[in-house]
Amino acid sequence: MLGEAPRTLSEKVWDAHVVRSAEGEPDLLYIDLHLLHEVTSPQAFDGLRMAGRQVRRPDLTLATEDHNTPTDNLITIADPISRTQIETLRKNCAEFGVRLHSLGHAQQGIVHVIGPQLGVTQPGMTIVCGDSHTATHGAFGSIAFGIGTSEVEHVLATQTLPQHKPKTMAVNVTGELPAGVTAKDLILALIAKLGTGGGRGHIVEYRGPAIEKLSMEGRMTISNMSIEWGAKAGLIAPDETTFAYLKGREYAPKGDDWDRAVEYWRSLRTDEGATFDTEVTIDASSITPFVTWGTNPGQGVPLDAVVPDPESFEADVERTAARKALEYMDLKPGTALRDIGVDVVFLGSCTNGRIEDLRAAAEVLRGRKVADGVRMMVVPGSAAVRAAAEEEGLHEVFTAAGAEWRFAGCSMCLGMNPDTLKPGQRSASTSNRNFEGRQGRGGRTHLVSPPVAAATAITGRLAAPADLS
Amino acid sequence: MDKFTVHTGTAVPLRRSNVDTDQIIPAVYLKRVTKTGFADGLFNAWRADPDFVLNNPAYSGASVLIAGPEFGTGSSREHAVWALRDWGFRAVISPRFGDIFRGNALKDGLLPVELEQPAVEALWDAVEADPTLAVTVDLEAREVRAGANVWAFPLDDFSRWRLLEGLDDISLTLRHEAAVTAFEERRPQWKPAVI
Repeated sequence: MLGEAPRTLSEKVWDAHVVRSAEGEPDLLYIDLHLLHEVTSPQAFDGLRMAGRQVRRPDLTLATEDHNTPTDNLITIADPISRTQIETLRKNCAEFGVRLHSLGHAQQGIVHVIGPQLGVTQPGMTIVCGDSHTATHGAFGSIAFGIGTSEVEHVLATQTLPQHKPKTMAVNVTGELPAGVTAKDLILALIAKLGTGGGRGHIVEYRGPAIEKLSMEGRMTISNMSIEWGAKAGLIAPDETTFAYLKGREYAPKGDDWDRAVEYWRSLRTDEGATFDTEVTIDASSITPFVTWGTNPGQGVPLDAVVPDPESFEADVERTAARKALEYMDLKPGTALRDIGVDVVFLGSCTNGRIEDLRAAAEVLRGRKVADGVRMMVVPGSAAVRAAAEEEGLHEVFTAAGAEWRFAGCSMCLGMNPDTLKPGQRSASTSNRNFEGRQGRGGRTHLVSPPVAAATAITGRLAAPADLS
Repeated sequence: MDKFTVHTGTAVPLRRSNVDTDQIIPAVYLKRVTKTGFADGLFNAWRADPDFVLNNPAYSGASVLIAGPEFGTGSSREHAVWALRDWGFRAVISPRFGDIFRGNALKDGLLPVELEQPAVEALWDAVEADPTLAVTVDLEAREVRAGANVWAFPLDDFSRWRLLEGLDDISLTLRHEAAVTAFEERRPQWKPAVI
């Protein structure tokens, strides 16, 4: 048995899932929930078939279609290769008895949006998916991380995963976020401060008053981008906000089970006196709307700033990276971020495609128009988010402003479905990656929050709602 | 999985940091349902530039890639590893790797070798001066050798053993199936199930 030593949230969740531990070997962790989508699963199912294996726990496995799906209709997948991949998922799920939320299903959507909205993402779980943004589910106090296809096959076959225990890190967010500053600005500022490798080898816990004040949607935005600064996973302690979000959802515990679960979830908070291997602090009150200028998520600055001069970076490798980024982005040092015009605004993704994100953007767009020559796409994170937004009339706000109101999916976050930038086009995007070509070959991406996306759509240049008269 | 013991080959200098998996293989190549045939997607956007190092005939046939820090960050796509293997790479040397890429590489017999930045720069200079320089990645000894230089690299004993033996993780885990079943019997019954 474990002693009385104080433990962190992630240590408690980790310890509760160790099936087997042996000196010199990784721990064998039990996986509570395995999420699947069409892109990273076909080769894993092939592997099972070749070895004559079954899915050990179909009841702990949930599949959806999101990366390849079109967002202009619910029926036709025009690209035959995309269609084959979707059809392969359908065949695999039928053959192995896995539940699938197909295009057109009321609970179809981006894999990291549907888990929480179904209440199948709960505190204290281990959650994996062949997708790096699985970290999203950490917002509930679960250890959630992305895995490769070999690991997908391993989890399908065994419901476990051998894992070396990462180090622990606390990100202490002090102070309060100023009005108009969002969770997205906070995480972009944090990544710019710590770099794309800053969290490497660590499971992170985001803590402090600014985190506690965030809604579940805001917390998910924070946890979602943990991978962008290299962290294995990013957890937030479950609290009353978490319980209120979960209560009554389809898969949340009911009756006495709810009480038992909440009692357990409350026990997961990091103990007084527990220590982290690494601690960093960031002051939320100093953060302003934040945007990226380069080709990795760490290359960001406040919207009030100018494009940095590559020569201002200390390390040679950063100077070279900044020079290449500016060349790709077609930007000159010293240009005010607010002077950068965009062609496309994308509101959506597993980072910012939830109802609260849509509300925040709609509030800015209400009674206003998207600038001439700018295309704004609004892509709900799931069919249920779309339905909820329509219930509130948000779709009318978007369409009246001249934005496109589309069906749920990953859409323009990753340039894999028909929603892509054309070469040379520039976007303001609420997604998570500004890598070269991420949104389409030759496309240039600026990562922004939903309110900044909406204000940018109106002015045609990077802007915050406060800039609108 | 293919075994990895000692590999000697020529090397390509990729003088870039933050080589994310979208650069290694863009998402449009991820629609295939097979594990092979990804070589044409490898660094596809960069290969459109005739000056890109992989287009230099002096480095054709190279099997070791030497890159800057934060190699393989971003998406979890194992296709990035499959594409590197399909192209003919057996090892990637970088000061730091993205975690998921590193894990994927270890599953597919592509050795992720962590060397400090000065060693990477020395190797860049050496293989640029002489593209025919033989670079040896020795997993037994956990060292890289090139010319007169020797650099040690870290790798945990368990991962090293798996690669040396070419062992498959699923078979290893299934040896402990009784422990998995016992664990399942202890799981709280209120935990969610979707069927």
